[in-house]
Amino acid sequence: MDRIPILKLGEALLVTIQVDMHDRLATALEEDLTSKIVAHGAKGVLIDISALEIVDSFIGRMLDNIAAVSRILDAETVVVGMRPAVAITLVELGLSLSGVRTALNVDRGMELIQRRLASEHVDADDDED
Amino acid sequence: MSAVETSAIVTLVTDEEQAILAEWLDLQKKAGALDTGRINASELGAQCRDFLRSFRDAVAKGGVDVAGSAYTPVREFLSELSRSRAQQGFSPRETATFVFSLKQPLYNVMDRAKATSPVALAQTMWAITLLLDELGLFTTEIYQKSREQVILRQQREITELSTPVVKLWQGVLALPIIGTLDSQRTQVVMENLLQTIVDQGASIAIIDITGVPTVDTLTAQHLLKTVSAARLMGADCIISGIRPQIAQTLVHLGVELNVISKATLADAFALALARTGKTVTRVKSAQGDKNPRPAEKGE
Amino acid sequence: MPTTTRTERLAIRSSEDVVKVRQLVRTFAVEAGLSLVDQTKIVTAASELARNTLDYGGGGEVRLEIVEDGGRKGVRLAFEDRGPGIADLQLALKDGYTSGSGLGLGLGGARRLSNEFSIESTIGVGTKITIARWKA
Repeated sequence: MDRIPILKLGEALLVTIQVDMHDRLATALEEDLTSKIVAHGAKGVLIDISALEIVDSFIGRMLDNIAAVSRILDAETVVVGMRPAVAITLVELGLSLSGVRTALNVDRGMELIQRRLASEHVDADDDED
Repeated sequence: MSAVETSAIVTLVTDEEQAILAEWLDLQKKAGALDTGRINASELGAQCRDFLRSFRDAVAKGGVDVAGSAYTPVREFLSELSRSRAQQGFSPRETATFVFSLKQPLYNVMDRAKATSPVALAQTMWAITLLLDELGLFTTEIYQKSREQVILRQQREITELSTPVVKLWQGVLALPIIGTLDSQRTQVVMENLLQTIVDQGASIAIIDITGVPTVDTLTAQHLLKTVSAARLMGADCIISGIRPQIAQTLVHLGVELNVISKATLADAFALALARTGKTVTRVKSAQGDKNPRPAEKGE
Repeated sequence: MPTTTRTERLAIRSSEDVVKVRQLVRTFAVEAGLSLVDQTKIVTAASELARNTLDYGGGGEVRLEIVEDGGRKGVRLAFEDRGPGIADLQLALKDGYTSGSGLGLGLGGARRLSNEFSIESTIGVGTKITIARWKA
């Protein structure tokens, strides 16, 4: 079975979802991400859904799960590139994706992750005084 | 209507096609069908001929059962005719007259043929009347629905034009809403705003409701949906221009606007600039600190 | 009086079938002339219902139709299964509802995304859910 590729982008992992995923593929992605976050000590996860024409409750739950697991592993998840039609439909569907941060594109998503990392470094420095 | 009568009609319509068409066209001309110039004689003649043949075939196959499948081509023809006439601005009367004015020519050829007894003739004519009435009403219904669609489309265009999305600065959009927000308008406004967010790469959208007279629960929900959708895409919203009465109404309704709100668009803009890491500074003029201004008397 | 101008049936027996359902519903929606947002809504609703049919109905099928009503076109979908049926429909339509079968957001969400929604369900016999979306 094909698995969705996960790339390293600085201190983050980048996943670009380009196919209409069936359930086993989605579950495999969750597992792969979890092990890679630990393996690389990643601080952020960027999920690019700009190619997705549909996000249903199953995919929504997958995104929520990934965000929750990543948080426990000290990585921040940012979902980027949601299409307008998808956003409108999700709101109507009632999916708030409240546990997930979002950004317009990969660049902005990286900015968010780096900002969080920068603020944490500042805190660490303060402690050492 | 019996099979004998049906085939008699079909034969008659085939044999007397020219006479029927001539009289039918003439009646429509007298009713003013060609006066407005929207259609010319040869176009109308062609429509009449096509309909008559389609009608004859339907009677041959399906008798007088207008709802049956034999009449599908006839219904499709009339749908198309009705729709195009609705769009071209024909009146409902002009459109329905097309079908109704066919009665007279049909009666006349049947009468002249004198093939059957007066009683049978009357029965056949009555069946034809009911048939054409049904088709005429069908035409009118389609016409109505088409007009409604034209109106809906125009409303949508007006909505799009009346709620422009404005770029205030790099990454900052403003959406000044004037008037009431119903669900259809909200849909159009939302789609417009979200698409512009993508196109402009905006990170903040200011929704200004200074021009919205009242906000009820439904309007508030529409606003919140718009804010949620923008958030899902990674853009933040600020609502500005909430009048004191509206603020009170919202509290009384128990609506929680979980989005930042500012009194004026200016305040919202200032916040948006700060959020995107920008400030406004005064420009020093070329001659040091002197501010260039028009020379006054005595200087 | 609405007439059907195109119809197809798809079996729903695996998660790959759910993908096929999404793709065919998209094709139908495009053919019916639905706007992009309306297409997205009905495909998403179909995805929810197809998943329900698979997960809680033990598999089934969906019937897709393009319908026409006096010049207006739309897409109608009927999901049918021979599963256990739904005991309390009112409860199942509420969001976030999870019985042992966990219907979650599926039904309520699909209803909100559709212009028309109807559901018939008999315990021990099966469930049939019909939705439709019309060109605005």
